[in-house]
Amino acid sequence: MIETHDLTRHFKDVQAVRGINLTVAPGELVALLGPNGAGKSTTLRMLTTLIPPTSGTARVAGHDVVRAQREVRHRIGYIGQGNGAAHSQRGRDELISQGRAYGMKVADARRRAAELIESLDLGEVADRTVSTLSGGQRRRLDIAMGLIHAPELLFLDEPSTGLDPQNRANLQEHIVELRERYGTTIVLTTHYLDEADAMAERVIVIDHGRIIADDTPARLKDEHVGDRIVLGFEHETDAAAVAARVPHKSHQHGTEVTISVPGAPRLVTGLLDDLRAWGLPPAEVEVRRATLDDVFLQLTGRSLREGGAARSAGDTGETAPALVEA
Amino acid sequence: MTNLVTDTGVVFSRELRPVLRNPFTVVFAMVQPLVFLGLFAPLLPDDLSLQWFVPGIVVMSCLFGTSMTGSNLLFEIQTGSHERMLVTPLRRPALLIGRALKEIVPVVVQAAVIVAICLPFGFDLHLGGALLGLVILSVFCLGLGSLSYTLALAAKNQEWLFWTVQQTLLFPLLLLAGMLLPVEAGPGWLQALSKWNPLTYVVDAERALFNGDVWASTTVTGAIAAAAVGAFGLLVGTRAMRRSA
Repeated sequence: MIETHDLTRHFKDVQAVRGINLTVAPGELVALLGPNGAGKSTTLRMLTTLIPPTSGTARVAGHDVVRAQREVRHRIGYIGQGNGAAHSQRGRDELISQGRAYGMKVADARRRAAELIESLDLGEVADRTVSTLSGGQRRRLDIAMGLIHAPELLFLDEPSTGLDPQNRANLQEHIVELRERYGTTIVLTTHYLDEADAMAERVIVIDHGRIIADDTPARLKDEHVGDRIVLGFEHETDAAAVAARVPHKSHQHGTEVTISVPGAPRLVTGLLDDLRAWGLPPAEVEVRRATLDDVFLQLTGRSLREGGAARSAGDTGETAPALVEA
Repeated sequence: MTNLVTDTGVVFSRELRPVLRNPFTVVFAMVQPLVFLGLFAPLLPDDLSLQWFVPGIVVMSCLFGTSMTGSNLLFEIQTGSHERMLVTPLRRPALLIGRALKEIVPVVVQAAVIVAICLPFGFDLHLGGALLGLVILSVFCLGLGSLSYTLALAAKNQEWLFWTVQQTLLFPLLLLAGMLLPVEAGPGWLQALSKWNPLTYVVDAERALFNGDVWASTTVTGAIAAAAVGAFGLLVGTRAMRRSA
């Protein structure tokens, strides 16, 4: 569905995208993950014919993005970072105009608009001026606009940025559901770690205009970070004794022992039995599953989370994950 | 199958829809010309009749409304719906021509409102000439609208740039065209500048045509000036739209 070869884009002195080789098969749901300024949106803008590459090639839905722009545009849907529906228009009018822009007959566009209004729960607001809609409603309308011509491939640029957690979850549900129903190939960019984790079957991590990792979220985490069990003891000597005896990779720091082991949640009960049998019961136990942020940290030495500062590899944290440019 | 004409039709009808949904916006947009009509016309010297003044106000209403229309596109560039249109298969020139063509609709409606208001005050309507005048004005308006959109595309995220340029050009163009007062009474340098203003010829043509004077040479010069502005606007505008991303 997508095939790029050394796709590159420079803006004056800035090398926004530096040689991306990417293949996406029909039906995949792919997330491009990276901090702001990593080159995600620029990549998307090249794939959607908005800007030409400086060098390299891209075939999207079977056509070259430079030589066959109209063929590409006919086959893709695009939901940008802004609002696709103009604020001065009514939602339903915009949906019908959008359908006609793809060459649909008025009656067909009208029917299809009604169908999407229904499936995206927009019935009550579709005939209101877009400027009166809430952020979440506008975003659902944007999704409907992108789907009006039933594209085989749908691009979403930061679909849930600016939405509250409830609307984000709602939007993610809609995207997953629409994909199951129509079998659409979906490529989205996000800087929300949990979004990439929850939705995508494949995560492509982009940093400084290059792909630095490309796999399922589970395999990325296993391969680059793995799970950890953190044990807290009353005395440092106990911690040292445990660190010496456990049959896994472990690391003692003061009264704390961190054990790195795949499948930690399953192993933890057995481990506790062993510790009691050795007469070294821990005071605290915590299982830390790897996050995509840990993966990013491992790969780049920088965190994707708030603040963007590098932290120790053992530090996870429960704060809302938002990427900030590091 | 789609072609440039059907694409233009799609863009035109999309632009027109909010106007049809809320027709009062057209009258709302003409507050300024109406103020000039109500408060400036009574100040005119005795030798200048309503017959002379009204065609100028019709052109003024076109000038005000159409020169601002780029701000709609500017807003759509900022909110993201212009980008959405750029990813559809709509041909780039249609994105400009459809928008610019829509500007003709409020101009014609506003002209009708102005004339209707002035009829009870002794304004004499010559329908044939007035209609021909509106055709010429529409061509001018197509060009002016295109230029306003070009300005919006060039300004992109700098809204102040759009308004500064628009406001800076608006009043000199208006005054130098003799829209409010005749340029003939002014000094030589002002008259010379006026001759370089294409709008002067459009205003002169409108005055003659609204007076029923169809076979005057001003009709030809006005039509040429309007066509020149129309062609220039479309040329510059479609170029800018093709480069838009």
